[in-house]
This record gives sequence, C-alpha cells and structure tokens, in this order.
Amino acid sequence: MFSYPTVRTSLIFLAIAVAGLLVADIAITTANPWQDLGRFFLGVATPNFFSTEGLATALLRTVAFAFVGVTLGSFFGFLLSLVYRFLPVRIFCAFIRAIHELFWALIFLQFFGFHPLTGVLAIAIPYAGIFAKVYSEILEEADQEPTRLLPPGSGAIAAFLYAKIPDCWVQLRTYTAYRLECGLRSSAILGFVGLPTLGFYLESSFSMGMYSDAGAMLILFYVLIATMPLWLRPRLLPIYILGAPFFLGEGLPIVWGNVERFFTEDIIPAPLRDGEGLAGLMPWLGDVMVTEALPGVWNTVVLTQIALVATGILSLLAFPLISKHFGGPVRRTSGHVFLVIARSTPEYILAYILLQLWGPSMLPAVVALALHNGGIIGHLIGRQSNTIHLRPDAPHGFARYTWELVPRLYRPFLAFLFYRWEIIMRETAILGILGIYTLGFYVDSAIQNIRFDRAMLLILITALLNIGVDALGRYIRRKLALQTMPTC
Amino acid sequence: MPGLEFDGLTASFNGERVVGPLSLSVGEGEHVALVGRSGAGKSTLIKLMYEQVEHEASLIPQELGLVNALPVFHNVFMGQLHKHSIWYNTWTLLKPFRKDREAVASLLEELGMPEKQWIPAASLSGGQRQRVAIARAFYRGSPLLLADEPISALDGLLGHHVMDWLTSHFTTSVVALHDVEMALKYCSRIVGIQNGQIALDAPASELAPADIMTLY
Repeated sequence: MFSYPTVRTSLIFLAIAVAGLLVADIAITTANPWQDLGRFFLGVATPNFFSTEGLATALLRTVAFAFVGVTLGSFFGFLLSLVYRFLPVRIFCAFIRAIHELFWALIFLQFFGFHPLTGVLAIAIPYAGIFAKVYSEILEEADQEPTRLLPPGSGAIAAFLYAKIPDCWVQLRTYTAYRLECGLRSSAILGFVGLPTLGFYLESSFSMGMYSDAGAMLILFYVLIATMPLWLRPRLLPIYILGAPFFLGEGLPIVWGNVERFFTEDIIPAPLRDGEGLAGLMPWLGDVMVTEALPGVWNTVVLTQIALVATGILSLLAFPLISKHFGGPVRRTSGHVFLVIARSTPEYILAYILLQLWGPSMLPAVVALALHNGGIIGHLIGRQSNTIHLRPDAPHGFARYTWELVPRLYRPFLAFLFYRWEIIMRETAILGILGIYTLGFYVDSAIQNIRFDRAMLLILITALLNIGVDALGRYIRRKLALQTMPTC
Repeated sequence: MPGLEFDGLTASFNGERVVGPLSLSVGEGEHVALVGRSGAGKSTLIKLMYEQVEHEASLIPQELGLVNALPVFHNVFMGQLHKHSIWYNTWTLLKPFRKDREAVASLLEELGMPEKQWIPAASLSGGQRQRVAIARAFYRGSPLLLADEPISALDGLLGHHVMDWLTSHFTTSVVALHDVEMALKYCSRIVGIQNGQIALDAPASELAPADIMTLY
C-alpha cells in the first residue's frame, strides 16, 4: 500500500502536520470554555430576532454588498478572461486573488474610510481575479469544432456569441451563482473590520454577551443561503443588480486628501520617506522580515498544514453522513444539515466564535478551518459516493467504508483537498486579525500602529506565499494526475 | 474556383504518415465520392481540402460540430454569420428575423424536420443532428461541398433524397461515403483511398460495385 504515490503523499503531509502540532500553540486558555460554549448553544437554541432593528439592516447590507461586489467582479472577471492567455494578465489576476477580501478591505479603509466603496471593492477585486481564471478555463473547455466550421469573415464577436457562449452558458451561470454564495459569506465577514454587515452585528452582540442575538443572526444567515434557489431567480436578477447599490448605506464620505496621502506618503517605506535613501532601506527591510514577516510566515505555514490535514480527516469522517451507502434517511438528513451548517458558516465567523469561547491559540483556528473546509469537501465526496454502484453482495459497515468506498474516492478527495490548500492558507493568514500570530496579526498590528508601509509589505509577502502554495498544489495535483472541477 | 488542386499532399498523425503523398485535382462541376475502408484517410483528406480552400466551402464534418445549447434555427443560421453585421447577428440570437426564419424553415422542410426548428440541438436524435449539419452547410451557400459521411445516420429513402438534393444543388462536391451504391448513383467520379494513397480514380459510369469492393 505504501507504494501508491497518493498514500505516500498523504503520509508525508500527515507527518508534517504532526510535527507542526508539536511546535504549535494549541491550548484552551479560558477558565470555563465548556460553560461558555453551552451558553452560546443555548443562545442559538433561543434566538432573539427582535432585539433591535439592526439585524434586518445588517442582513440587507450583507446581501447588497455581496450583489454589487460579485456583479462587478464577474463583469470585470469576464473581460479579463477574454485576454487571460496573456502572461501579464494571468500574473495580475493571480496577484489580486491571492489577497484576501479582508486585507483588501483593510487597505481601502485606510483611504476611502467607511464608505460603501471600501466594501464593494474589497469583494469585487479578488473575485474578478478568481472569475477571470475560472471563466477562462470554462471557455477553453468549450467545443472548438463549431468555431472552426464558421464561414471566414463571420467576425470574432459573432463567433464568440454563437459558437462559444451558448456551449458554456450553463457552467458559467452555475459557477457565478456559487460565487454569489461565497460573496454572501465574504460580505458577512467584512463586518468584522467595521462595515455595516452581519459580522459587525455578530461582534457587537458577542462582546455584550447577547448570545441569543448572535444566534438569531447565524440562523438568519443559514436561512438566507439555504433559500438561495428560491429567491435567486433569473427573472429577478436585473432587479437585484440594479437595486443593490441603493442599499449599501451612506457610510462616511471619502476624504480625497487621505487617498492622496496614502499613495504618496503612507505606503512609502519609512526610510525612503524620511530621506534616508537606499542605505536606510536594508535595515528597515531586515527588521520587518525578522520581527514580523518570518514569524508570521512560519505560524501561517504551520497552522495551514495542521488545518489541511484536520480538514482531510474530517472530510473522510463526514462523507458517510450523507452517503446513500450508509444509514437511513434520518441519519442522512441530519448529516446534510450538519454539513450545510459547517460549510455555510464562514471560517472567520467560526474562528471568532471559538476564540471567544476557548481563548486565543491556534486551536480555535484549526477547528474552524477544519469544520468549514471539511464540510465542503465532505459534501462533495459524499455526493460523489452516491454515483458509485456497488455489487449487490458488497460488504456492509466499516468494511464497506474501508474496502469499497475510500479506495474509490481517495483520488477525488485528494484533488479537492489540494485545490483548497491555497484557500486554507489565505484564510489562515487572515485569521491573524483575530489575534493568532499568523501574517494577518502582523498586518493588523502594523495598521493599528499606522505603519502602512509595513502593512503593505506584509500583505505583499502574504500574496506571494499564497501564489507559491497555489503553484505547489497544482504541481502535486499534476504529479498525482488528480483532476478537479473549478467549483469547489 | 470552385475546384480543387492538390500536389504532393501529406499528412501525419503522431509522427506516422496517414495520407499521401498524393495529388488530386477536382474540376468545377465534378461530384467526387471518396470511398475506402474506415481509417484509410478519407476524413483527413476532407479536412485537408477544407484547409486548402481556406474554409471557403460548405463543410459537413463527421462530428457535425453543432452547438448543443442553441436551437436548430441558430445552428443552421450560423452558416451565414459572415453575410451580416454584428448587430444583425446579435439581434438574431435574441429574436430572429422573419425572412431568415422562413429560409431556414424551408430547408428543414426539405429535410423532413420542419417541427424541430426551435428545439435545442442537444435534444435531437443522431439522424436529426446530421440533418441540421446538412442544413447548415446548405445554408452557407458555397458552390463547393465537402462532406464526410453526411448520410451515415439517415435511413435509406431519406439518404437517397439528401444525396440527390446535395449533388444537384452544389456545383462541385467531394463526399466521403462508405455506401458504394450511393457513390455510384449520385457521384460522377469515384476516388478510392487505400492506406492514404489513391488506389482508384475513375468516372462512376465506368465502374461496377465489384470494382470498388476490391478496396475493402
């Protein structure tokens, strides 16, 4: 069995994660973690939907930011996908999608302030980069033959409209709808940096110990996502898209002087700004690297590797919950509910809640990342297991799991896991804002201390780290000949 | 034009020569049937001819090349995209003009599927799909037809009707056929392909089915 490359790769990753556990800071530091957790669940069980009108407004703003951001992102992503074959475009897109929505929000907050534009751009920019990549992959996979058959002189636009778009339409639509769901999650967590969406509401309810309010918010968020097929109708889309910009709220006006100062002064490395020239730049760079970047990168990588393996283990444990090869309808329905909740809750919100309950350490982050990503992969693998037809006399129970299903599902499972590696790392970095010492922590502290030059350098390093892991993930998937679809 | 002239033509696939070197000239008004075993190189030859005339021909490829998500009307209309402005074509995608609707409808009538005009190509049967590709090639309106097994999925009577219709409406045609009887009946010249070479080239009137069977 050790001769299988997939098994060997898995064991290497497992070993790295175990080594990571030895050096990682895993602890529960609060005095009464289980009591707090109990209070939180009691809050979810006794939601209070009517404490303030703030909840409805937050929900409306969350939807509005998601719609405007994703619409702009998909529009510009589509334009970029048409020129995606050019290397500079590909590099540009890889770069803008390697920076997390929250980092974009933190950047725009510094010069646009609490203007709606901050939230809209924070979603639209990274999404445009993702849309460009996936749209271009979808368009590339379209049947080439109809285009080849067109009479010469048909024109590139007509050829595109007739021979390309109809062939890809369903996939483009499905992917965009999936991204809108992600956009709702992104929009919700933007509240954690002060935008008027659900995250803001959640944070204030939590800090006041109003668990029933927080519970109501979470329940409404699940309902919003679960009912998407009902309210997201093609005929209603124009109304949503045209209406959404009017529900972003007023925010605060943009001070253009701040914008200018940000680009001409704030983000210029301090030694250059103070006229020390290149001689002063090296010590400055060295200082940032040693005191912030390297510890940040180290913690981010350690936490990512632990979370990746935890995600994998959880997915393999969770997929039988929804697989038709095990259990009855009751178990499958509750399995579905569990996985829907796990994957609908943004990892940032999960991490926030667990951090409040267990205190700051890597543990809440690992559990949050594993729950969210494990929920997604478990769902995808479980669904795939339902397409497998077993012989009528196949073994049951544990033997069926180990002998019949896992061997068949292991390759797609690994493909999904390595696809999400980069996403897990991007999230890990951002969880630093909550107080875990990953890169986001150092970015956030630099911003708190009004050292935007350092913050920008750290964000740049984070982006490069993500691009590197993305490339490594793709390399491993190619080496192991694993295939994935883009919607994961 | 419309005629074809090849000299010392070769084609390779994975480093292995599948066609040629062969020379062939097709004059205006000729209806050439390419016959031979499957794998002999007929499809490759048709593709090469299409490249040779720089796509200025009505082509019916074996794989048909339909856009599955579009209705039959639009698949046929694609044969004339080059004749209209981008605005006309874009509008037609949303709401076709009456004159085009009627033109396409009469073609579909000829091919025995008038009721299928607004059905997506994806939900058609194999024979219907083949007829949509035939209609598109016809609608294209080039005097030269290049067709690769255009009637393989049609039943006898319809096959005869389509072959008759195609050879009488196109000035010149080169059609790959595996049905020897059809080839002799509707084409004026038979070119037999064997191992990527021309093994037989004679007017149809001088041949009997038995002469062609030696190729198989």
